[in-house]
Amino acid sequence: MKVLTADVAIIGAGSAGLSAAYQAASAGADVLVIDENKRPGGQLFKQIHKFFGSREHQAGTRGYIIGEQLLQKVQESGARVMLDSLVYGLLPDKSMGVISDGVNYSVKAKKIIIAAGAKENYMAFPGSTLPGVMGAGAAQTMINVNRVLPGKRVLMVGSGNVGLIVSYQLMQAGADVVGIVEGAPKIGGYGVHAGKIRRAGVPIYVGHTIKRVFGKEEVEGVEIAALDEHWNMIPGTEQTFDVDTVCLAVGLNPMTELVWMVGCQFDFIPQFGGHVPLHDANMETTVEGVYVAGDVTGVEEASSAMEEGNMAGVAAAEALGYLTTEEAAQKKAQIRQRLNTLRSGVFGEGRRKNKEKQIADMEIYRQQNGKESGSHE
Amino acid sequence: MRVEKHPILNDLGEQKKVTFYYNGRPMEAIEGEPIAAALMNAGIRVFRTTAKRHEPRGIFCAIGRCTDCMMIVDGIPNTRTCVTMVKEGMRVEKQEGLASLNSRQEEEKK
Amino acid sequence: MSKNGIIYTGVPSKEELANAPGVPSEKRMLEGRVACIECVQGIPCNPCESACKFGAITIGEEITNLPRINEEKCVGCGVCVAACPGLAITIVNKAFDEGEATIDFPFEYIPLPKEGDIVDAVSRAGEVVCKGRIVSVKKPKAYAGTAVISMAIPKVYADEVRSMKRLPRQEG
Repeated sequence: MKVLTADVAIIGAGSAGLSAAYQAASAGADVLVIDENKRPGGQLFKQIHKFFGSREHQAGTRGYIIGEQLLQKVQESGARVMLDSLVYGLLPDKSMGVISDGVNYSVKAKKIIIAAGAKENYMAFPGSTLPGVMGAGAAQTMINVNRVLPGKRVLMVGSGNVGLIVSYQLMQAGADVVGIVEGAPKIGGYGVHAGKIRRAGVPIYVGHTIKRVFGKEEVEGVEIAALDEHWNMIPGTEQTFDVDTVCLAVGLNPMTELVWMVGCQFDFIPQFGGHVPLHDANMETTVEGVYVAGDVTGVEEASSAMEEGNMAGVAAAEALGYLTTEEAAQKKAQIRQRLNTLRSGVFGEGRRKNKEKQIADMEIYRQQNGKESGSHE
Repeated sequence: MRVEKHPILNDLGEQKKVTFYYNGRPMEAIEGEPIAAALMNAGIRVFRTTAKRHEPRGIFCAIGRCTDCMMIVDGIPNTRTCVTMVKEGMRVEKQEGLASLNSRQEEEKK
Repeated sequence: MSKNGIIYTGVPSKEELANAPGVPSEKRMLEGRVACIECVQGIPCNPCESACKFGAITIGEEITNLPRINEEKCVGCGVCVAACPGLAITIVNKAFDEGEATIDFPFEYIPLPKEGDIVDAVSRAGEVVCKGRIVSVKKPKAYAGTAVISMAIPKVYADEVRSMKRLPRQEG
């Protein structure tokens, strides 16, 4: 088994992991980023819409361009990026098992940053396993990265920002979207994203669900129905659509396997996608020297993932002595300011409260376990 | 179907093509793309059947998590085609159930 | 869809539009080109503010504030139309000529229409309202992939029409 060492090992080369790598490596740390995919960038290169936020978040710039710029910065920072490499084990002594091209590696690092991201939720209904029923993210990968249309006529389930944005991008790629179905009585995502969909003539069926998908070998049609206030289908409200594809945009959940394995403590926050690791304001978990960043800490969006990555990268570099307390404090204050901005307004307030709870629970855990606060805040 | 032209992204343009074999049938793919994308482009959506109830399965997550898109690739069953890149001359077969553990050896005998 | 308003339908209601500080007065629209910012939810976003060289759009420190249009400063140049990630801005001109108004709207589909084409003009809900005549199509590099299309429509529909129907795609 080959042995690799680094000051900071980062699991995941997406929005959060690359941002962390840039911060830590540009401070002078020896950084190794490991990703199981063949290309870096995580989900950023699938995002072809203009991002929201402020100038500091590169608002108005399309996601894939932000991805290219971030990748360029990481390359210039001197961080090593190891692709097509799967981290299958992580121990509290900060060593990990990695398999790359059939070769086993033991990676030993002083600090670990887990930025493993999230995966899409599934939803069961008659016909839900038929080919042609797929995650909205899968459809997005197919059209924007692989440049293949998954179908010609699509029904989208879920009106959060993912459902709205992917519906729009399916139309940009040349598909027709027959409608968006939303179980809740109101649209989940930004009104402006919904507005684009409506102007394109696509109906949004709030208070509706999917009843079943027809088809022998693959999707041939779909039936939807209205829901009453107890979320039961109302007989007689069924409508059918001739579609070849049904996309599910029903939330995501953090990929926390390695976080569990290394022994971190968790909170359960449904709005963040389920179990999420406790972490302090520096993104450090209950396992000393193990940090988390991005969707693995609770599902949000790419801009906050990048900021959490920045935070973890700065904190890890500080802990290793590559940044003075003053230098780090200044950087962290700016990052925190930008994070608070992203977690504000009607859509962000709930996320900010959840994040505060997650960090407060970390503090309680440390007090109960006789550990002093590591965050120097 | 290929997304040749796009309002935001560049035209797909000329891409280097490779030939692979789906159930023995030659098929064109863009070099370096996942097997699943090449099959989806060709309109093939059923990638395997389940072991117990023989139900069809195709692409679900496209990022290597769900295993719905597993096929027999160059004799190796349970290969995730959404994260396995096409190579010239590759043999891709629809997988029935769990497929034979000996399929690699059978492949080598051919 | 009995309930009205953007969170139920994806279409801002009359009240939401009336209360939006980015929507200019009728008087100003009758005077000529002006940005109509139909941004009614407090989302953290402010590229429109920095895109405007004339200082006609204000959001301020709190980036979840709704954008406010200064009717005197706005010249209707249309740079904000392409800068808005939510595609929520149009340029309305009710002084285009005797019977017609123009709407400049963002458009991110292909094919693009050409100058002089007659297309279906659609409402905020995607319903075909009337025919529209394409006056210009701009897609400079600075718009980063977004085209801004200027379309003439009968003046009576100027408050209703906000886009055009997608054109059929001929895939080669």
